[in-house]
Amino acid sequence: MPATVDAVMLEARAGALAKRSIKTTSKIAGIRLAVTCIDLTTLEGKDSEGRVRSLCAKAIRPAQHLPDVPSVAAVCVYPSLVAVAKDALRGSSVLVASVATAFPSGLSSPAVRLDDVRAAIAAGADEIDMVIDRGAFLSGKDRAVYDEIVAVKRICGELHLKVILETGELGSYDAVRRASDLALEAGADFIKTSTGKVGTNATFPVAVVMCEAIRDYARRTGRAVGLKVAGGVRTTKQALTYLVIVNETLGEAWLTPERFRVGASSLLDDLLMQYEKQLTGNYAGPDYFPKD
Amino acid sequence: MTSLEYAPSPETTKPQIRERYGLFVAGDWVAPQSERYFDTIDPSNESVLAKVAYAGAADVDRAVRSARKAYEKYWSKMKPAERAKYVFRIARAITERSRELAVLETMNGGKPIKESRDFDIPTSAAHFFYYAGWADKLEWAMRAGREARPIGVCGQIVPWNFPLLMAAWKIAPALACGNTVVLKPAETTPLTALALAQIVQEADLPPGTVNVLTGDGATGAALVEHPGTDKIAFTGSTEVGKAIRRAIAGTMKRLTLELGGKAAHIVFDDAPMDQAVEGIVNGIYFNQGHVCCAGSRLLVQESVHDEIVVRLTERLQTLRLGDPLDKNTDIGAVNSKAQLDKIRELVRSGIDQGATLVQQSCALPERGYYFPASFFTGVQQSHRIAREEIFGPVLSILTFRTPDEAIEKANNTPYGLSAGIWTDKGSKNMYVAERMRAGVVWCNTFNLFDPSSPFGGYRESGFGREGGVHGLREYLAH
Repeated sequence: MPATVDAVMLEARAGALAKRSIKTTSKIAGIRLAVTCIDLTTLEGKDSEGRVRSLCAKAIRPAQHLPDVPSVAAVCVYPSLVAVAKDALRGSSVLVASVATAFPSGLSSPAVRLDDVRAAIAAGADEIDMVIDRGAFLSGKDRAVYDEIVAVKRICGELHLKVILETGELGSYDAVRRASDLALEAGADFIKTSTGKVGTNATFPVAVVMCEAIRDYARRTGRAVGLKVAGGVRTTKQALTYLVIVNETLGEAWLTPERFRVGASSLLDDLLMQYEKQLTGNYAGPDYFPKD
Repeated sequence: MTSLEYAPSPETTKPQIRERYGLFVAGDWVAPQSERYFDTIDPSNESVLAKVAYAGAADVDRAVRSARKAYEKYWSKMKPAERAKYVFRIARAITERSRELAVLETMNGGKPIKESRDFDIPTSAAHFFYYAGWADKLEWAMRAGREARPIGVCGQIVPWNFPLLMAAWKIAPALACGNTVVLKPAETTPLTALALAQIVQEADLPPGTVNVLTGDGATGAALVEHPGTDKIAFTGSTEVGKAIRRAIAGTMKRLTLELGGKAAHIVFDDAPMDQAVEGIVNGIYFNQGHVCCAGSRLLVQESVHDEIVVRLTERLQTLRLGDPLDKNTDIGAVNSKAQLDKIRELVRSGIDQGATLVQQSCALPERGYYFPASFFTGVQQSHRIAREEIFGPVLSILTFRTPDEAIEKANNTPYGLSAGIWTDKGSKNMYVAERMRAGVVWCNTFNLFDPSSPFGGYRESGFGREGGVHGLREYLAH
């Protein structure tokens, strides 16, 4: 029988994990880890080549005066800007992730959605962030959703495929669990919470549910799938809580950019500020860090 | 691979602890007529925190007389709306001093700071707030046409597992109804009751309205037997509860007893598994299992037994045992050496009778009283660990095949305090819940409390209710 989720106890559990106290040495380690797990993201209609190049520079070296802060995991952009990002990131360890399948709604024709993926890969994308067709999922056409993920994965081949469930549109934790299970079975390398384009983005309880699905799937099949939380993650405190959730649900082995990502834009600024505070004991003003 | 080792994160608030505490009688701190003092310790490191006065029979007599005087002269005569202000003031003071009280509760009792901070102290304040609101509305608790009258002097004896909270459960409704109180905190955990006495003093209640006598079982017995007490409210062991009932037989004294339990926690095969595991963990490891309503007997449907055991075994390893003052500690110290010995003895009996023990693997601190989170599989109804209250972090897992078998096994105990049910099916939840012989039944949750909700047991778990309008009526004359 399908796994079900009870909201009351789930939210209590997520609330308890959010109260873990991460201080001193573990805060420094947590901030560094969070930076390495960031998919530094810009997904706006007004994105330009200049904007993407600026973001890429920051992705490689987040702050000039904090040279020991590592690079982020990836830069995440629209397909048409993949080539620019690829060029700007040449020689660095930072990957290029591209959204695809008619992000963010996923409501183009099936052929256009798959072509979107092919175009992104042709432009040099290292990772694909696809959206599922929520309309199909919510009207019970789970098979169609499953088949599309399989098709996209076939196009991706070895490239990492992140499947965006858009949990804010799914309406219940049961549905989040069902969509997670479906994406895992279909071959996702990561399951991802949100596009960042709807009212509700990643939340702690949703992350717990998705971690539980990943854990149960790994236990059954031996295959380790990653988690990406995205949208609304702006503060160090939030990022550390997600690390705690992953740590206590999936275990230490998931605390790596291979298996955990945070999709965010302004989060990096707060991480840098908190990092410097840990080192010096003082907060520098926001203008002491590059805004991108 | 990086590890996220949580660095120590101790709560740094330092509570005020006096070197020596007298008894709180007639609004003042007095030396005990017994002339005796005893040490109270921190069970997490066995260090002495303070010396506390021992109340002998003469001290009990003095306290009961002061409560009588306060009852007749001031408290029962006061306008109810005025009484409400005083009770409200106590609630406010607990809220204002919540951090200090939480640390004190943790130091003296061994429970994790996250529990005293997020549960014990806020819920204590909530009870005073709730009953403050009742004080001038008592006729609404009565049947139409009946007058709401207080009972008189209440002797209240509370246990060591939730020291301040149990005091709040008892004092708040008593005061709201116009009764006066002699409170006897548990021998091992007097400090928050004494802090509450300070709050009562600062709130300027009429002298003698609340008296606090520290001592041991003999102090409690003297309070029970004193002819001046009109009502006894006791929370503690079934054995002592029976002794109290015998002692007051033939008197006009009112009595409420909240005693032990061996709650059934039932998990059906259609339960939300991860949340059920959280419920199980909360049910038995909350407060090191020192909980009368703990879900200590897990009844699992046979088809999901192995799955639950795998999940629970994994979950045990993420529980953090250690310094109760560390904000990340999940399992603190056992309350006393005596309780630790009792837990060890019962666990030994479980092994001897053939059950299989699973424990969290972690080093125990060298000093202090600690016991790792544990559970037994292969437990039979006849085993001691399935029948006796362990009052520690030790769960017994049994199995069943059908809902009716679950109900039969759940009710097959002399206790009847609480029960828990996990199933995704509402109709099954209701079917089972209405057949539980238990005072409180939690469906798809566990250990949830609210001042407006009555709590209490039946059969060997006691009688009478605390909380809500039901709890209020226990402090009004019939």
